[in-house]
Amino acid sequence: MLTIDKAILDAIVAHARRDHPDEACGVVTGPIGSDTPARHIPMENVERSQTFYRFDPMEQLRVWREMDDLDEEPVVIYHSHTATEAYPSRTDTSLAGEPGAHYLLVSTREPEVTEVRSFRILDGVVTEEPVRVVGDVDEHAVQSYMFGQTPTTVDYECRG
Amino acid sequence: MAIEVRIPTILRSYTGGAKAVEGAGDTLSDLLADLDARHTGLRGRLITDEGALHRFVNIYVNDEDVRFLGSLEAKVTDGDTVTILPAVAGGALGLLAAAAYLGC
Repeated sequence: MLTIDKAILDAIVAHARRDHPDEACGVVTGPIGSDTPARHIPMENVERSQTFYRFDPMEQLRVWREMDDLDEEPVVIYHSHTATEAYPSRTDTSLAGEPGAHYLLVSTREPEVTEVRSFRILDGVVTEEPVRVVGDVDEHAVQSYMFGQTPTTVDYECRG
Repeated sequence: MAIEVRIPTILRSYTGGAKAVEGAGDTLSDLLADLDARHTGLRGRLITDEGALHRFVNIYVNDEDVRFLGSLEAKVTDGDTVTILPAVAGGALGLLAAAAYLGC
């Protein structure tokens, strides 16, 4: 399960909307072993593509060194799909190089609804996991996010 | 004084879990061959069968990307720090060259 603060999730979605139709990408770091996404870092997509993303290598070096200095690790690695579903592609799966991270996919293919789904990707195997949003969540708000959690049920109220 | 090589999480199975190892060599190519002698298989995750650096691996000598230093012919010397980071990349449609890095 990915547990994530609403403010951070909102910021990730805003980033994806801002960069649409190019894919947006970034990382949310947290203290090593905490499994808590705490610090959101939108990254530049050096490919500037509607169908591919890649962290700028020098920016990645700076951020990874920073994590090292702060005893952090990448808890969430996210990117957006701008015309397809929020599910890892074969490329996403084969390139996933951070085995401890939650891979968050955001789809901006629909203007009114943003799909947000989270996955673990280990040794080429993709496993979907639920997304639990914490923080200042208005339970009476109409959710404009669609979270995929399991193949058969979707908990729009994030009660899980 | 040797060359410190920082190893990303996904490659630490080749170094017994160590996040940094030491090596020697005058070029990156020599250094990787030297490391492979003690950490068998590590080099194969970084270099393709054609003998080039994998497209989705970033290697830095101190603060510079080796792509701008001659790639495998980049010069290294004692006291340098070489950092290896898997590229963070992907996307909706594939670039078929993606396959090699993770050994798939």
